[in-house]
Amino acid sequence: MSRRVALEAAHAVAEAARMADVDVIAAYPITPQTHIPERLAEMVADGELSAAYIPVESEHSAMSACLGAAAVGARTYTATAGQGLELMHEVLYAASSMRYPIVMAVCNRALSAPLSIWGDHSDAMATRDTSWIQIFCQNSQQAFDMTLWAFRVGEDPNVLFPVMVHFDGFHLTHVTEPVVLPEQEEVDRFLPKLDYPFALDPHKPMTHGAFGIPDVYSEAKVAQEIALRKSKSVILQGFQEFGDIFGRHYYPVEPYKTEGAQTLLLTMGSFGETAQIAVDTKQSKGESVGLLNLRLWRPFPFQELREAVKNAQKLIVFDRCISFGGPGGPVCSEVRSALYNERERPTVVSFVGALGGREMSPQDFEYVIDRGREIAEKGSEELFETVGIRGEVTGIRG
Amino acid sequence: MADELTWKDAKVGNIITEAGNASFRQTGDWRTERPVLDKETCIKCGLCWIHCPDAAIKPGEDGYYEADLYYCKGCGICASICPVGAITMIEEEEK
Repeated sequence: MSRRVALEAAHAVAEAARMADVDVIAAYPITPQTHIPERLAEMVADGELSAAYIPVESEHSAMSACLGAAAVGARTYTATAGQGLELMHEVLYAASSMRYPIVMAVCNRALSAPLSIWGDHSDAMATRDTSWIQIFCQNSQQAFDMTLWAFRVGEDPNVLFPVMVHFDGFHLTHVTEPVVLPEQEEVDRFLPKLDYPFALDPHKPMTHGAFGIPDVYSEAKVAQEIALRKSKSVILQGFQEFGDIFGRHYYPVEPYKTEGAQTLLLTMGSFGETAQIAVDTKQSKGESVGLLNLRLWRPFPFQELREAVKNAQKLIVFDRCISFGGPGGPVCSEVRSALYNERERPTVVSFVGALGGREMSPQDFEYVIDRGREIAEKGSEELFETVGIRGEVTGIRG
Repeated sequence: MADELTWKDAKVGNIITEAGNASFRQTGDWRTERPVLDKETCIKCGLCWIHCPDAAIKPGEDGYYEADLYYCKGCGICASICPVGAITMIEEEEK
């Protein structure tokens, strides 16, 4: 029997790592991720989890230690946020390019300066092109579920890529809500033991991390890109198997009351649940509005997105990150690129808000929908719109 | 060799599953000087073999240690470590 217990997302993912029976954890504490390594260290110390817990002096070392652990075939887990993810940056590329199926929780946090420990998606967006599989969660249950799923997908012999499980700092990490924990037997059925095919072994010497001279580097990178995109089939298979065993079904792009909706709002992460309330209110007034949750961020779900928006006239994309000097919110830029060559496509409007822990109320999302619809109809000279900024700024021009 | 490989030949993670195959690749043409062994002076102590940073010096059946000139980059460590001065670095242009 599964159990329904009250957990914050940070403790829920620590529980997922325990049930996944991880072998090695190397992590450096940083707000708002701290409760994850704290809880895991406690589990190891108390004998609830048989794993090596490697305390490190920085996130750069944390990810480097994870590389070493993954190279010998250990199931490897870590967690970070904000500046910590930035400090790992160069090692993130090594992890994915050397094809180590590390799983990492990212408790999304704004980047300095000004110093902010609060949430937005700036940290995630800076790692967009690192060749990690990246998934976003809306609540603690999803953070638990996606952590198990991440091991299943990343470790699949046809994938072998590391996976980032993103969930919002504080709004999820520190919020206690009901989480259904499965039986260990169900987890074991979903998640086979890791059998990493290239584990370092003194009796069978091999080289990991050789350099690539100019006449092989390009081919190596194209092979990597093709492999990451091909992981999509296992990503979908993983969702299917997860749904079959645990009864909760996930998709790369998830609709909420989108049936026949002329206007769609698209969000990523926990704010989608707040946006649902705004959509409910709008629909109760007879307005034709629906909501899309972008769950899979990398590899980007082009086909699913096109399918999800094909009947909409207007698409409003809400980002929690500024792409400084760029074309709009980073999620919106990708959505626009995905649709640009389509014969029929909705008018796309970009919104940026909720930076550095700023709240977004359901009423704020109603404003986003109203204003977005107005811009889609009348046009605008602004590249993107802002929400909740004091000082009579509504948009940013190019 | 690598010129003929396509992206389909790239290994997962670019992992090299055979050990010690770097010497299959010609790096001897990087050299400006090459080591020349005087077998009459050589005492077969093997210090050049031990100190070679990249396994370019290999033991032969006759007990001497000689450089694999297809792979040796000509760093000269063997010549400087040789206790009896049996290895001389000479310009590639010299015969």
